[in-house]
Amino acid sequence: MTAYLLKRLVIAIATLILASMVVFAVLEILPGDPARLMLGLNASADQVELLRDQMGLNAPLVLRYLHWVGGLLSLDFGRSYTYSVPVIDLVRERMAVSLPLALIALALSTVIAIPVGLYSASRRGRAGDTIAMGAAQLGVAVPNFWFALMLIYLFAVWLRLVPAGGFPGWSAGVWPALKSLLLPAVALALPQAAILARVARSALIEVLNEDYIRTARAKGLPYRAVLWRHALRNAMIPVLTILGLQFAFLIAGTIIIENVFYLPGLGRLVFQAITQRDLIVVESIVMLLVVAVIAVNLVVDVSYAFVDPRLRGRQ
Amino acid sequence: MTLHIDIPEETLGSILAKAFRNRSFLIGFVITVLVVAMALISYVWTPYDVTKLVISDKTLAPSSAHWFGTDHFGRDILSMIMVGARNSIAVALVAVGIGMGVGVPLGAFAAARGGLIDESLMRLNDLVFAFPALLSAIMITAIFGPGAINAIIAIGIFNIPVFARVARAGALAIWPREFILAARAAGKSKTQISIEHVLPNVATLLLVQGTIQFALGILAEAGLSYVGLGAQPPMPSWGRMLFDAQTRMVVAPWMAIFPGMAIVITVLGLNLLGDGIADILDPKSRRQR
Repeated sequence: MTAYLLKRLVIAIATLILASMVVFAVLEILPGDPARLMLGLNASADQVELLRDQMGLNAPLVLRYLHWVGGLLSLDFGRSYTYSVPVIDLVRERMAVSLPLALIALALSTVIAIPVGLYSASRRGRAGDTIAMGAAQLGVAVPNFWFALMLIYLFAVWLRLVPAGGFPGWSAGVWPALKSLLLPAVALALPQAAILARVARSALIEVLNEDYIRTARAKGLPYRAVLWRHALRNAMIPVLTILGLQFAFLIAGTIIIENVFYLPGLGRLVFQAITQRDLIVVESIVMLLVVAVIAVNLVVDVSYAFVDPRLRGRQ
Repeated sequence: MTLHIDIPEETLGSILAKAFRNRSFLIGFVITVLVVAMALISYVWTPYDVTKLVISDKTLAPSSAHWFGTDHFGRDILSMIMVGARNSIAVALVAVGIGMGVGVPLGAFAAARGGLIDESLMRLNDLVFAFPALLSAIMITAIFGPGAINAIIAIGIFNIPVFARVARAGALAIWPREFILAARAAGKSKTQISIEHVLPNVATLLLVQGTIQFALGILAEAGLSYVGLGAQPPMPSWGRMLFDAQTRMVVAPWMAIFPGMAIVITVLGLNLLGDGIADILDPKSRRQR
């Protein structure tokens, strides 16, 4: 188990280092001079040069990279060019919206998908299965931002149950804040739940065909117990893999969904930063998201070991 | 993940017969053909001219004159959906082409060489997967400027590791087989064997993955256009139409409803088609998503 975990860890770190180089290199070739951008068109060449020196933009490439990585590690992401505040403050503020949103969506998607998958798998080929999988097939095809628009139309414009967009802030109280995250979370979660339900179903069906399931049934265990205790547990590996991947989708999904609902989250911030050429903000957020994705995948790899005892024993 | 790639000894006729008995394939095939036909017809005929703005007809509700209503410039939504189909199909198709063109040789190469080359290529794959694809596509289009071409490149890049992975997994299952051994004994090089024996045997997997990526490409293109980074106006695109619709949800909900349904139906059709092809050509393989 230690060897397995160690290998995963080394791979994760190597991927992180490579990813940081890619992010840095990509933004290095981005056209537009941040110093010129901050000072405006009327600034003289000398002024721009001075600011470039102050911002450390004239240092050699390798030094700038190391400086940037060192900053990331000590959570000092630098200052935003456009907002003139430390990036970490911006990120912290926006994270208070995006993280709950992604987590609610992930939870919702799991809570919907697993029971649907179980239901479908245990009634394979019957009407209930066909209907559920038809719905899932449809769900996979729905773009989340369009689904979001439809939800807005139905629940905000028509029924007036929830706000159509915007975020009052957590200071306005937990319920109003949660209420404005509700529709975005549903919009994010349902298409993901459709994918997850399909994976859960096919994983379960595969497991239900195994000999040990027949043995468990033969020794008199009720079907329900077999389904929950034996089948679900063994079907968890593909489900966990997809959950890990979905986290990346959810994070990317928040970028668009936050724009649909005018939520002041990380996604909206990164989007604005890209259009304003606020490199430091873009770099930091992209890196942060990559770290999140890699970390989640690492957690998934580790959880395999807990779900599957065979991996635990393997050296 | 075990992949069974037994190519059944079947004639084209029996495959076709099976195809037309497969419900997923049939529905998916019909939808796909209709969407492609719609895009092609739009080159010669649309109910209304989408380049003409008729402000007096703006945001008309669906009627017999305008089946899906009109937008804020008085353009016919149905005509715009027809023309927009071209853009969606072209972007997704070329992006799949890029993914296959680069990814398949890489995957086949990794499988043929094995060892360190294989390992490092696959780690490189992991690297690309670490970036949320949409985020990176947004970055790429933001750097090189918005537009259909850059959207194609952005989506295409993220198709590469997908096809590399599928080609590698498929090829790895083929390499230990006897007929490969025979080919090697006959003195063929690894490249030759990859091209002549391995690739034809993973073609099924690639075809199925191709339809999945095609569907995902249409979704991604819509997403990019929606945030303003895909096809630029006046070129109609489904994502852009939804963007225009967003602020007018109260007065003209049909501006959002119909383009979205076009996306859903197209993607649904392609997914069903992929499912169907997988079923027909290899009943044992179950789609992994």
